[in-house]
Amino acid sequence: MQPAYVAKRFGVFLLIVWVAGTINFFLPRLGGSDPVRDRLVAQAALGGSVQAGMEDMVAEYNEKFGLERPLWQQYVTYVGDMLRLDFNYSIANYPAKVIDIIREALPWTLALLTTTTLLSWVIGGLLGAVLGWPRSPRILQYLMPPLLALNAIPFFLFGLVLIYLLAFRLRAFPLSGGYQSGTFPAFTPSFVWDVLQHAVLPALSIILVSIGGWALGMRAMMVTTRGEDYVTFADAKGLKERTIFFRYAIRNALLPQTTALALALGQMISGAVLVEVVFSYPGIGTVLFNAIRGSDFFLVQGIVFIIIVSIGIATLILDLIYPILDPRITYRRA
Amino acid sequence: MSTAVQARPADRPRPATGVRAGAVGAALGYLRRNPALLIGALFLFALFLFVAVGKLTADAEEARPLSVRSLQPPSSELPFGSDKQGRNLYAVMVEGTPLTLRIGLIAGVFGVVFGSVLAFVSAYYGGLLDAAIKGVVDVGLTIPGLLILIIIAMNVRGGLTVNQMTVVVAVLAWLYPARTIRAQVLTLKQRGYVQIARLSGMGGPEVIFRELLPNLLPYLGASLVGSVSAGVLAAIGLELLGLGPFEAPTLGMTLYWVNYNAAIINGWWWWWVPPIVVIAVLFIGLFLVAVGLDEIANPRIRNRA
Repeated sequence: MQPAYVAKRFGVFLLIVWVAGTINFFLPRLGGSDPVRDRLVAQAALGGSVQAGMEDMVAEYNEKFGLERPLWQQYVTYVGDMLRLDFNYSIANYPAKVIDIIREALPWTLALLTTTTLLSWVIGGLLGAVLGWPRSPRILQYLMPPLLALNAIPFFLFGLVLIYLLAFRLRAFPLSGGYQSGTFPAFTPSFVWDVLQHAVLPALSIILVSIGGWALGMRAMMVTTRGEDYVTFADAKGLKERTIFFRYAIRNALLPQTTALALALGQMISGAVLVEVVFSYPGIGTVLFNAIRGSDFFLVQGIVFIIIVSIGIATLILDLIYPILDPRITYRRA
Repeated sequence: MSTAVQARPADRPRPATGVRAGAVGAALGYLRRNPALLIGALFLFALFLFVAVGKLTADAEEARPLSVRSLQPPSSELPFGSDKQGRNLYAVMVEGTPLTLRIGLIAGVFGVVFGSVLAFVSAYYGGLLDAAIKGVVDVGLTIPGLLILIIIAMNVRGGLTVNQMTVVVAVLAWLYPARTIRAQVLTLKQRGYVQIARLSGMGGPEVIFRELLPNLLPYLGASLVGSVSAGVLAAIGLELLGLGPFEAPTLGMTLYWVNYNAAIINGWWWWWVPPIVVIAVLFIGLFLVAVGLDEIANPRIRNRA
């Protein structure tokens, strides 16, 4: 891998991180006043046992982002805070820090999202590959139209239907949450089993909806690669069909699918956030939902920053894997 | 809106597109060979019919809370029943469907128009401007749009109105069209007739409007349908998260109340079945029309999914 290629990808990653911080800083200030301060002052005025702490927070906020300081200084302070992952306290759950709340919720989302994204990508890809090959089984061909129809609707909409059918009617799965309420997260077999049961429906609503799209893309790529000279040549050489299918056709059709995966990450996350809301799954989406309801600006900003940075990291990883799949990429001037 | 776009290539002769001049019969014949477009158009027409009939039979005032008895299952008086706050759900669907679609339409039209302008300028003239636009679009598309919309929506005082929400959704609607249309213009630019037009002394704007634009119309149509769909999706997402217009009976707000009141596990099926069915029909219809238009734009290549 050429250093220039790696350096460029890291540059893009840093750019994404910078955009994430800048958006968080400037968008709330576009309206002229600072809604974050208004909310903070309102919360401090409410009183209660944590009032003293809230007032300290207002004082600290004013010192950092007060109007007496020029905008660029406020901005530098803000970006510095973001890079140290210091998102301040949660306004709605005062003594709790934003980063701690995120740290608790993030593993749930990461586990759900990486598993479902990879599973739907692999299953959809294989399905599309088989469909793009001559003599694919009839059953698979009938599977395609319903999968494509599902692909057109949002994840959470299908999730609602799954809740009704499989959790409410058949009672095969729990209705909502990430684990049985009253139990505490621990690494015991029964707890893991419980978590898996709770994850099935959210995962299914993401996987079943996204399979169709991956299958469609892969099928088209397989049809194209099937007509390539190297496949004809491999056939003429007398290679086994299995070998041609896996080593020649899929291997090459994989490249655009990987690019598409990198592009789809943002949409997958947006979709997953809403799925979590519908299932009250204890991940970042549900925390975001509650933060919006409580006008908890710091928490929302922290979540937005963390999600964008996570996508940056995922894109970076895919970008660094890509030259291994396609060695040509580093010869070309990227 | 879809009928206007799909009828164009068939009934107006345009030598450059290679579509034969033909009458309505040819268009119908084409629809038979392009079932996606036909079925998609039928789906959207069914929605249109539902709203049109509903406007005549439903009382718009009953889409407000406290207008009928709450939590009634469907009956002859309340065909879709009523929700917990006493809205007539039939009236809510009739009022909400066009309201939601309007958000998507306005955002989608703005997105495609603004996105096309950027795409044409960027791809045709190239150079630094192209690099800048491409850079902004690429980074912008990496970031999940919903998050940006959340930050904007949270900072609007006193909750959004439907119109403000439309503006918020439109803010990011041009990114995706800009990218895909730019790619199309780049390939089109290399074609022989465009080269000839340039060599024979046509200026930039003239080439864009007389050679490139007409040939991209079916593609722009598909792109528009895609952006309308994305706009509706973004609006529903914001609404489900509780950032929508609380006063309005849109489809997304209905789902918000469904989720808020846990209507599914309380067994109030009539509350959530209509919005889900309407949204599903809308998205599937738009998807099929986009696929159909794509096929018109690109009859040979079906691979770019």
